[in-house]
Order: sequence, then C-alpha cells, then structure tokens
Amino acid sequence: MKFKSVFLKETTTIAGPYEKKGPLYNYFDKTYNDFYFGEKSFEKAEIKISKESINMLQKKIGLNYTDIDLIVGGDLSNQIAITSLASQNKSKSFLGIYGACSTSIEAIIIASSFIDSKKIKNAIVTVSSHNLTSEKQFRNPVEYGAPRPDTATFTSTGASSILLTNEKTEIKIESATIGKIIDFNQNDVNNMGKVMAPAAADTIKKHLDETKRKPDYYDLILTGDLGIYGREILIEYMLKEYNIDLSNNYNDCGTMLYDLNNQKEVKAGGSGPVCSALVNFSYIYQMLRKKKMKRVLLVATGALFSPTTLNQKENILSIAHAISLEAL
Amino acid sequence: MKKLKYEQIAAKYRPIENKRKNMLKAFISGGLIGMFGELIIEILCIKTHISRSEAQTYMIIFFIFISSLFTSLGFFDKLVTKYKCGLLIPITGFAHSMTSAALDYKREGLIYGLGSNIFKLSGSVIVYGVLSAWFFGMIRYFIGG
Repeated sequence: MKFKSVFLKETTTIAGPYEKKGPLYNYFDKTYNDFYFGEKSFEKAEIKISKESINMLQKKIGLNYTDIDLIVGGDLSNQIAITSLASQNKSKSFLGIYGACSTSIEAIIIASSFIDSKKIKNAIVTVSSHNLTSEKQFRNPVEYGAPRPDTATFTSTGASSILLTNEKTEIKIESATIGKIIDFNQNDVNNMGKVMAPAAADTIKKHLDETKRKPDYYDLILTGDLGIYGREILIEYMLKEYNIDLSNNYNDCGTMLYDLNNQKEVKAGGSGPVCSALVNFSYIYQMLRKKKMKRVLLVATGALFSPTTLNQKENILSIAHAISLEAL
Repeated sequence: MKKLKYEQIAAKYRPIENKRKNMLKAFISGGLIGMFGELIIEILCIKTHISRSEAQTYMIIFFIFISSLFTSLGFFDKLVTKYKCGLLIPITGFAHSMTSAALDYKREGLIYGLGSNIFKLSGSVIVYGVLSAWFFGMIRYFIGG
C-alpha cells in the first residue's frame, strides 16, 4: 500500500546499559547505566523511559498533548500495560497494539493510514521493551542463571517515540506491506531468528512483488531482530526459494545494535520491539537526514506466542511488516 | 516441501555447542562443591565433636545461605553461566531458584507476589521429589523388606 502524504518529523531514542556499550551509542538521545533508572522495579523503570521518550519528543517539536491527535504503541508486558500507563495524558486519543517485536512498524502502518486518509493530522508511535521485564515475562526469574544456547537473542532495553505528520519533512513514509501470519512448525524459543526468518522472507517477497521493485532499489533492507543466525538463514532461503539476492544491501538490526564480538552475553543479537526501533530511529534516521541513504526498507519481525500456548504445545507463529522510507 | 527445505537451510546455520566442554565444566564445578561440602562435614566432626548427620545439616544450611546470598547480590547467575549446571544440581541450585523467584516478585506484595511465586521454579522439584521418594520407598518396602 502506498502513502501520499505521511512524513517522519522527529524521533527520540532512549537506551539501556547494554545498548550503550554497542556501536550506535552516539546516536541515542539518552542512555542509562543501570536497569532501574532510579525506580523501584523493572516495570516501573520501563514505564519511566517510555514516558520520558514521549515527553522528550513533545519537547523537541514544541507541541503539547492537545496538539497530538493519536498515540499508537505497544510493548511486551502483559496486556501492554506499560505503554498504556506511559501514554496517559499525552494525546487526544490512544491505541494500544501488540505485534511482539514487529510492534513499531505495525504502529507506523496504522498511524500512517489514518494520516494518509486525512482522518488525523499527526500521530506519535511509541514502543518500549526492557530486558529484565521480559525475562520475567517470558523466561525465568531475573536472577536465575539458566545457561542459554548461542542462538538465543537478548531483549533490548529502551524506548523510542517518533512523530508522523502530514506536513512535508525530509523523510517520507513511502509505502507499507502488512505481513501475514506464518506457521513453519517452529517451537524453539531459544532460536527466534529461525522462527521469524520465514515471515521476513514472505513479507519482503510480497513487498517487492507489489511494488515491482528489485532488492537493489533500496540502499538498505533491514530486518528487525533475526540475529546472526537468522540473518544467514534468511539470505540463503530468499536466494533458494524466491531467487532474490539480499547479500549486498541487507542487514539485521539485532546484529547492529550490539558489538557481537565483545558483547558475548547478548548471544545471537538483540530482540524486542525497541531493538529495531533503536536502530531505525537513531542511526538509520540520521543517515536518511544526512542523505547518506536515500531509500530504506524496514522489515520488523515478531514471534506470536505466549509461554502458556507454547507449554500447551502450540507452535510459535511469526509475522513481519514492512515500511519503506525515502529521503526527500 | 517448503518447510522441509527451510529446515535443511536452517540446520546449516545452527552453531555447534561444545557439549563435552560444558559437561566437563559442570562435572568439575559440581564435584568441587561436593568436595567442599565433605570438607565442611569433616572439619565440623573433628572440631566440634557433633555427629556426622548433624554436621551434614549444618553443611546444607551453609550452602543454602551462601547461594541465596550470592543470588541476591546478583552474581550467582553469572557464575552459573560460567560454570554451568554443576552449580544448579546441588542444593545451591534449589536455594538459587527460590531466592531468584522471591526477588522477582517482592514488589508485588508479600501474599500475592512473593508468597505465591516463590516456588515457581522449585515447585516441580518438591512435587516430583516427594513423589519419587514415595515411589522408591514403596519399592523398598515390598522388595527390600
């Protein structure tokens, strides 16, 4: 689906301690050195940075909450309570969504459709995740030391908010592709790259078919959080299944956010809704503004499951959504 | 067909973990804990003249205290990552699982938080521990006499 007049005006990114040690630390607006951010629990900490990212965005663009038509956002906590608590009194209306790690792009597509159809003038998209709230949510207690295999990914800590508007800026949201749910009989939570690569492949193929483009049309194609192994799987699978060569201009946000050679604790790379957002709306955003890149395809992948359904032997489903950004 | 092909491609990019090295690490770390425990028992028996079974109880209490302390100070999980399951199988692992669950849920109140979640991981150990004790007890009762 193509958009005529949706533009990206401003972004904010706030990152946690591990992201700070990564190669992109210069591009973040703010970083923290610990996981509490001065709060008493990890959930409260995530609410704090989520709020902070929205406040910072409103300050940057000089708008207050009565000027913002809509906030769309989500996170990984149960009932996406964190985003709801953080977005309170920040806009005229609010939509909470859940797309696991694909939340950021899903939210952008929803907000862009409203703006493009002239129902609203502007919208904030906000996502957050916190390594330790999701450890507690999806895995073992935080302090419990269960050794994890090398294919496991590491939920990123941070919050990111962006403002989409109908007024012309330097970056245009050009088109979007909504993915479908993919079931490849996957059930390994410690190898999310393998779970989500088929969804990324399906969405990239769908996007290129719909727009009749070749991969080299884009300066960069970025997936959300497949990690190092998922990235390799995707490159080979795209080539063998669809005869699409991604090897020249493709990368994965999960591998870009951390220094994988020196940060061994992140294993295969980053994950979580904020993982792709931290890369896309700091580094990629700056590259587009400085015109070092012209066209970028962002594909965020998400694993759709809950620990309960997994324990009841249901498969882990996956999904991917894509948007294309253009520097004007 | 598509899924089979995918599995074949994915299998190529699965890192091979050195299981033998991990097993050796666990064997040595677990063994060292065992040896250390034995040392405590021996010292207690010689120095304080208490019975061996009494000394065993003190040794277990010591290990529970140490692993709970290290868990709450935040570095027991890092030790497990380094020295593998040798630290999780002895009583240290049991205490570690309870303390880590308690730390996670303490902010949600003493009853609905800490109290009801403290056995989140160790509950299985207790249930199947009791069950297997009963099972083997019955075998011994009927066969061993």
